[in-house]
Amino acid sequence: MRKLFICFVALSLVFCFAGPTFAAKGTVKIGVYLPMTGPVAAYGQMEWAGVQTANKIMPTVLGKKVELFLVDTKSDKIEAANAVDRLIKKNKVHAIIGEAISGNTLAGGPIADKAKIPMVSPTATNPLVTQNREYVFRVCFIDPFQGEMAAKYAAEKLGAKKAAILVDIAQDYCVGLANFFAKSFIKHGGKVVATAYCQTLDQDFTAQLSSIMAAKPDVLYMPNYYTEVALACKQAAELGLNVPVFTADGAQAPELITIGGKDVEGIIFTGHFAKEAAATELAKKYIDAYEKDTGKEASAFDALGADAYFVLMDAITRAKSVKGDKIRAALASTKNFKAVSGIINIGEDGNAIKSLVLLNVKDGQFRYLATLNP
Amino acid sequence: MEPTVFAQQLINGISLGSLYGLIAIGYTMVYGILRLINFAHGDVMMMGCFFAFYGIMMFSLPWWASFIIALVLTGLLGVLIDRGAYRPVRNAPRISALITAIGVSFLLENAGLVVFGGRQKAFYRPEIFSEVHTIGGVRFLELLIWVPIITLLILAVILFIIYKTKVGRAMRCISHDMETTRLMGVDVNRVIAITFAVGSVAAAAGGIMWAMRYPQINPLMGIIPGLKAFVAAVLGGIGNVAGAMIGGLLLGLAEILLVAIRPDLSGYRDAIAFAILILILIFRPTGLMGEKLPE
Repeated sequence: MRKLFICFVALSLVFCFAGPTFAAKGTVKIGVYLPMTGPVAAYGQMEWAGVQTANKIMPTVLGKKVELFLVDTKSDKIEAANAVDRLIKKNKVHAIIGEAISGNTLAGGPIADKAKIPMVSPTATNPLVTQNREYVFRVCFIDPFQGEMAAKYAAEKLGAKKAAILVDIAQDYCVGLANFFAKSFIKHGGKVVATAYCQTLDQDFTAQLSSIMAAKPDVLYMPNYYTEVALACKQAAELGLNVPVFTADGAQAPELITIGGKDVEGIIFTGHFAKEAAATELAKKYIDAYEKDTGKEASAFDALGADAYFVLMDAITRAKSVKGDKIRAALASTKNFKAVSGIINIGEDGNAIKSLVLLNVKDGQFRYLATLNP
Repeated sequence: MEPTVFAQQLINGISLGSLYGLIAIGYTMVYGILRLINFAHGDVMMMGCFFAFYGIMMFSLPWWASFIIALVLTGLLGVLIDRGAYRPVRNAPRISALITAIGVSFLLENAGLVVFGGRQKAFYRPEIFSEVHTIGGVRFLELLIWVPIITLLILAVILFIIYKTKVGRAMRCISHDMETTRLMGVDVNRVIAITFAVGSVAAAAGGIMWAMRYPQINPLMGIIPGLKAFVAAVLGGIGNVAGAMIGGLLLGLAEILLVAIRPDLSGYRDAIAFAILILILIFRPTGLMGEKLPE
């Protein structure tokens, strides 16, 4: 019995050491760090599903198998930084996809940058994420554009003169976007009559909303994540605050509708992608594959997760190498790449230049309204 | 501030504060009897919410049946936690029990992440609680009327158990001197198990009310309400069941009125709650309604 046990241990040790050596020779390793749990788990889980589908569509690059390594960041900045460190040091990845939100990508980015491992974020929209970070890229638009489009729409189409803002000050994304919106809204002749603050994980917004109500705004801008937006909309309805609610790409998670129910009906937001507006060949292929894989409807976050993967694969193909600097150079010269969410050009600072879509919630569904170009 | 806005903010504060108070009752009761700060209280509350959630979603039970089953299951969970985690360290120094409680808290949170998944789930709020009432321009949810009723009911039941039953007498004895109580032939472990059962049922009741007010549940939902309830319990005098209720109300009002008066400071809301905790611990460690410490 004891001998058997020793044999077993010895054998497993052999496999333990042998495994990685086999893998190192023949595969391209892509690290993925995403919020699979915590307050923004919906983004991470959708993006991971998107990355996996993309990996099924394109399982090899340069004739080698692509191997994915997932680390959960628990929606936390410190965990995000640790995840990047672990992917680079322990898993020895060639490139990284992630994170879903700006604050966490701001924490993870510098580590990849220092190690010269290219990183592509699917949906971190704050401009600071890629600034002075040679190796950090993204496949989404950035917040000054999103804030400007929201402000323009609120001022021109909704005819709003007075805006109120409820912003989550624990998130770089929310703070940045609220500022860009406020600046643009004032430029379009409007006035910000009330600004109130909350924090991620807050559940009670009644005090802020009552103060906002007293300022009698024409539109309420809440550039926060889906749970906070859904709960705030519910409480706004209970308090009788009947103004149009405008929000941003963070709203596009199914939880917004399941939690918010009838109280999120009619809210408008700027987003990355709507299935109805998909135009590229790859998008059609991806949507079919994703919906067959998961049984769920393809949406923005999974599509952007897939795009991060496809853009990275395209860069590795053009670089003909898995060396960090070669991939980086190829990523930086991405031109007219026909991705799932539209045509991607990587411009200054490693930012994607692309259009955004306007959506609203109607009958418990996200509905596509228009495409707005930069 | 206009009077209606102020009245609305007062209602907002009472609405939030009564929920804190409701959750704090179970917290403070367990402390009062065992001198154990049960840091897992918020997570037990979370489990209660998930039991209720799955009762409705998976077994299609009517909401009230599902809530009652959730209360019972959470009570059993409390007994199980005591048997598995606290009883083995019963005679160890108090700090061991405290650390064990933190361990239980992490265990429940992470087990919840594995079993229930990390994504937020929408909690069902029965139609009868969703109605909005308007009195003189002040609006509030039907649920708000029920929170104090449920709280008083739980308070009455707990006070009845502690002061009018034989088990309650044993609980009071244990809070004074566990060893002597044991020598007197009281089955201490059984009494403590009952204490945890009652405390956990109260947590589940608080959790379900919380989840109906803020209809979103996830495995980490217990952390913040748990901490706030702890502050409320300390504010009211930890160990004092009625004090917890008042501490909760005061905390809720303080948080809401801070935001109402200085909206620009609303980011410091949690800081206020914990600053209150620190001040109370410095100037009045026994809380507003706590008894004087024996010399």
